[in-house]
Amino acid sequence: MTPELLLRQWLEGRLPADGRAWLADAAQKLRTGSDTELYRSISLVTRKIGKADLALSPAEMRQAVAAREGWNPSDWSLDQAARIYLLLASGSDGATFLRRLDQLCNTADVGELVAFYRGLPLYPDQPRYVLRAAEGIRTNMKAVFEAVAHRNPYPAEQLTEPAWNQMVLKTLFIGSTLHPIVGLDRRANPVLARMLCDYAHERWAAGRPISPELWRCVGPHASGEMLRDLGRVLEKGTDPERKAAALALTSSPDPAATGLLRAYPELSVAVSENKVSWQTLAGSV
Amino acid sequence: MRFIDPHIHMSARTTDDYERMAAAGIVALIEPAFWLGQPRTQVGSYIDYMSSLVGWERFRAAQFGIHHYCTIGLNSKEANNEALAEQVLEVLPRYLVKEGVVAVGEIGYDDQTPVEDKFYRAQLALAKEFDMLVQVHTPHRDKKSGTLRSMEVAVEMGVKPEHVVIDHNNEETVQDVLDRGFWAAFTIYPNTKMGNERMVEVARKYGSNRIFIDSSADWGVSDPLAVPKTARLMLDRGIAAKDVEAICYGNALKAFGQSGQMKEEHWLNPAPIDQRMLFEGNSVLRGQTPRVGEPTIIDRIDSVVFK
Repeated sequence: MTPELLLRQWLEGRLPADGRAWLADAAQKLRTGSDTELYRSISLVTRKIGKADLALSPAEMRQAVAAREGWNPSDWSLDQAARIYLLLASGSDGATFLRRLDQLCNTADVGELVAFYRGLPLYPDQPRYVLRAAEGIRTNMKAVFEAVAHRNPYPAEQLTEPAWNQMVLKTLFIGSTLHPIVGLDRRANPVLARMLCDYAHERWAAGRPISPELWRCVGPHASGEMLRDLGRVLEKGTDPERKAAALALTSSPDPAATGLLRAYPELSVAVSENKVSWQTLAGSV
Repeated sequence: MRFIDPHIHMSARTTDDYERMAAAGIVALIEPAFWLGQPRTQVGSYIDYMSSLVGWERFRAAQFGIHHYCTIGLNSKEANNEALAEQVLEVLPRYLVKEGVVAVGEIGYDDQTPVEDKFYRAQLALAKEFDMLVQVHTPHRDKKSGTLRSMEVAVEMGVKPEHVVIDHNNEETVQDVLDRGFWAAFTIYPNTKMGNERMVEVARKYGSNRIFIDSSADWGVSDPLAVPKTARLMLDRGIAAKDVEAICYGNALKAFGQSGQMKEEHWLNPAPIDQRMLFEGNSVLRGQTPRVGEPTIIDRIDSVVFK
């Protein structure tokens, strides 16, 4: 089933009769309707449908992944689902879709922006939305930023390396968390590792705390200077930081990393016995 | 006691103001679309301004635990640029149906020119079309006749008085506004017009039915704490707590709540999605349920605002 049909099915199963009728009517009008019709319907969604959680069941989550690989609507709300559904129902021509999406974003309220960015992986002709995604990453509104960065497969699939690196660094910079980023390990790269280490040095110089998650993207490319940074964390870091450094070192291909870790037997054992993982560390952030 | 400031231009204020407002017990505010101190020259400037009212400013307020609503409209001053005003009128419908837009406003008269009249009427017609409330800015000059005219034209255009808030009242206008069944809002200005001493006397004389106050704080000399400070003065001068609560919280909620866009549950029991997305990291609303009339908030006003 396509994401559009799935969204409709989920909404129909959850909305009261008047909400269902309004949505069906709005979607019907869009198939032939003007831009103005679309803009108005999308803005009316919160008034007509409300903002309760979509609260998908495990079976429905499996349907989501089957419809679109990597799609994760686990924390969507009804209005977000309805807005994306209406957008998808309005047509599948990429150029028209992008033009309307840009218009919608230009006059959007906060809730609409979050919905539009969460919908990125579902839009037709995927590469067209790279600049739109980059614009979402430039925002100062944390909720909007996270709509692009978190639980969204679009950035890992479409962003260039510089844009990806900026997104990861900014996630830490604004005090958000890395673990909900899709493709975080797959898109680790040496430039990002260097940027993150520089950032760690800045924070150390300012006497400010560093998220243990930072080292996750450093590990796979850690050697030389970066290993010295990880050594410093092992020596002086907080408990979660030291665990993070140990995890990072195990992902480094440099033999010197293994040597470094050997000096800390409990950490080394904890990691090798899977008592520490990025998931458990994320919970402690 | 908790407060609503139903007229304040937060785009022109700093985060210090938000902090002090939240500390003083302001849980919600309404930011009317207004002018920026100098006239705009492009329709794009209005679009960006209105987008910020429903976007950035709402987010900024949420960071301090304050619920931000707005009114959308073409103000009377800038209505006088007729060619531009026509273009603005065309984009208004894009914003009127957005979440948290509680009325068409602030609209009305400034110099009471024919062009102002034209766009006031056009926007009253929009309010009818979209089934919305209206927030009326009454003129600073020739106030009494401008206020009467605002109400007459609203009625003539078929808008119900109970759907209209007449703002910036004074002792000279309030009786007419109440007699005709409109809501009467008073702006508490630090130096001009309604001072909070005068407001205490208004409350004593006219009671608390359909009357409420706001700060109209903007880029000029103004006080974003005008509502809680006046509440405090009213209590000190012996106005009953239930009347103070009505004038500084309940009536504004009743008036603008008619829109269906502003509900007490938004701050007493916020939607989980808003709680997660917008209010993360603040200590004001984290799932706890504050109680109306909670006495500790009065203590907070004592310690935070008045000393």
